[in-house]
Amino acid sequence: MTQNVWRTGQAGLAALVLLTALPGQAALSSDLSVEIIYIEQQPLRPPVLSNLVGWPEDDGRQGARLGIADNNTTGKFLRQNYQVQETIVETDGDVAEAARAALDGGAKLVVLNVPDGAVNLIADLPEAADDLIFNAGSADSALRDAECRANVLHTLPSRAMLADALMQFFTKRRWSSLFLIEGNRPGDAKFAEALRASANKFRLSIDHDKTWTEDADMRRNAAQEVPVFTQADAYDVVLVADEDHDFGHYVLYNTWLPRPVAGSTGIEAVAWSSVVEQWGAAQLQSRFVKQAERSMTSRDYAAWAAVRSVGEAVTRTKSAAVEDVRDYVLSDAFSLAAFKGAKMSFRNWNGQLRQPIPLVHPRAVVSLTPVEGFLHQVTELDTLGIDEPESQCTAMGRTTE
Amino acid sequence: MKKLSILASPLIVIWLASAAQAHWVYVSNEKDDTISVIDTETQEVIKTIDVGERPRGITLSRDFKYLYVCASDSDTVQVLDLATDRILHELPSGEDPEQFALHPDNRHLYIANEDDAIATVVDVESRTVIAQIDVGVEPEGMAVSHDGKWAIVTSETTNMAHWIDTDEQVLVDNTLVDQRPRDAEFTLDDKELWVSSEIGGTVSVIDVETKQIKQTLNFAIDGISSDRVQPVGMELTRDGKLAFIALGPSNHVAVVDRSTMEVVEYILVGRRVWHMALTPEQDRLYTTNGVSGDVTVIDVNELKAIKTIKVGRFPWGAAILPKEHIPG
Repeated sequence: MTQNVWRTGQAGLAALVLLTALPGQAALSSDLSVEIIYIEQQPLRPPVLSNLVGWPEDDGRQGARLGIADNNTTGKFLRQNYQVQETIVETDGDVAEAARAALDGGAKLVVLNVPDGAVNLIADLPEAADDLIFNAGSADSALRDAECRANVLHTLPSRAMLADALMQFFTKRRWSSLFLIEGNRPGDAKFAEALRASANKFRLSIDHDKTWTEDADMRRNAAQEVPVFTQADAYDVVLVADEDHDFGHYVLYNTWLPRPVAGSTGIEAVAWSSVVEQWGAAQLQSRFVKQAERSMTSRDYAAWAAVRSVGEAVTRTKSAAVEDVRDYVLSDAFSLAAFKGAKMSFRNWNGQLRQPIPLVHPRAVVSLTPVEGFLHQVTELDTLGIDEPESQCTAMGRTTE
Repeated sequence: MKKLSILASPLIVIWLASAAQAHWVYVSNEKDDTISVIDTETQEVIKTIDVGERPRGITLSRDFKYLYVCASDSDTVQVLDLATDRILHELPSGEDPEQFALHPDNRHLYIANEDDAIATVVDVESRTVIAQIDVGVEPEGMAVSHDGKWAIVTSETTNMAHWIDTDEQVLVDNTLVDQRPRDAEFTLDDKELWVSSEIGGTVSVIDVETKQIKQTLNFAIDGISSDRVQPVGMELTRDGKLAFIALGPSNHVAVVDRSTMEVVEYILVGRRVWHMALTPEQDRLYTTNGVSGDVTVIDVNELKAIKTIKVGRFPWGAAILPKEHIPG
């Protein structure tokens, strides 16, 4: 493993570039050497009430590394070698500047794990014009819709997909009256918006729609404040849009009516969770824990899926040319086995990886979606998220009517 | 009373001898750490045997004295003595053994170690590891050709069938197949290797001479999403006429006519059908249904499911002990 630290003189920016490869596998012995650029900027996380809430500082990065290791185990039989070059930008750093340096010179394969607003900032750089970018960090629905880009694919599910997964489950359980609590942070507004749109799509009714206003310390006051805040005659489920987990955990079991809680706490829709163990997932989980010494998150999973998609395309096409990889992953021939019980492929009209969404609580899978019975003319996986007829994405070579 | 029992005893002996009209089906229950034994005459579970943690692949010794059990979470292969139903000893298997295949020499067991991307070759007599071979990510299916020349490992995430030369115990070739290969089976003449791909939804028929895919089988069941059609276990009849392909969560077994290589029937069985075993007469097929926790019996001549038998939680592997080898 080679490692070098790279800093610019500019204040506030510090980026670390790491080159990792499997030990003992010299790139020289391979016929085909594939380099993936990984760019990461962890989102700004304001303080939250609980001291128990936290995010791994290498969230996403470890998933990309596991994907590289998996690709190399396969690659050694095909004389292929995969490496990842990691550029880690601090939360207050200039991610575009760092990306410009990392993406300079020729077409590249890129995995991005950056906040919502930084994805297109990077995708629109002149240095990225010929690149193939996998977004593994942002769930922003707009990036798959009106703001989509021809050079960006998405392995993390959108908020629209997560919301649809919940609504399908509510429909099956006949929980038709919803109580929505929206947090005060930008991501919360986007998630709440996705939940409203999805409720409308599945004809469920958000009968109560409130913004979280309590600023008391819920660690002491939840039993007093939450029942009053959720007081209403009837609802089947309480939805919480609180992506940073500031207050949501305190809503559970303190609602006015004894009802399940879902959204950012309670029943959560995720790309991945440590409780997913069916469909051979236990093997992926144990490989990951062995490598990272922590459990695998949704962002880890999305970064892993991005790197594995590249590996799959290179293996099948015997080419590492960016154009060939792009053509193959967007073709009907591509499929990725990724431990959620159904083959995955990219929606070639907006670049989203179609995938089942597990609904989980901290100790088990509640249900795997799409829920049986929601049908679709292409694949049942397309019942999750914005579908082709309503998509505003035109950058992928498709025209809207 | 005593007198009566003495009188009755010769009768009991005769009855016992004639009771071995039926074969015994051994079924591993992954989430119960047990093996269920089904009598093919009564179609009932006649006993349940405790084994190690997370039993999956099971196979009988060539002399039908022992059952080898992959106890995955115990990181061992257990040797079950069929005469006493006791574990005789454990074989050094490498970590997390999932499936294995016994060489025709009745000595060399080829074991897939799922978590470590290796295959372990164990000498069951000396109980020693004689080779460990690097293979792809998540090795799963194992097969040894009838002539003993080849051992095959399929790797689920690398998507290959790896060819191991059993004389040298080295990997000599790889055949790329569709996503998530699970089971591998040689035809009786060793000319073809069949490999099922769970997520790819296909079965690759590979020419053993060239190691190239010569045909790919596809499956489509009316009213069932193609996402759920996931080929796993396979059984080929000895007469070369039929192949049975378990299609996982589609809850069906496909029947392939090998003269035309077309699917002629889809048989509805229990939920998430995994592996299967054919009786010595080839007239009955037993399928393990993981999610519903039962075994379906299929009449091979009629191509119909005729009975469902409740076993333990998450039945996985199946092996049939012919009646003439039943102990006692």
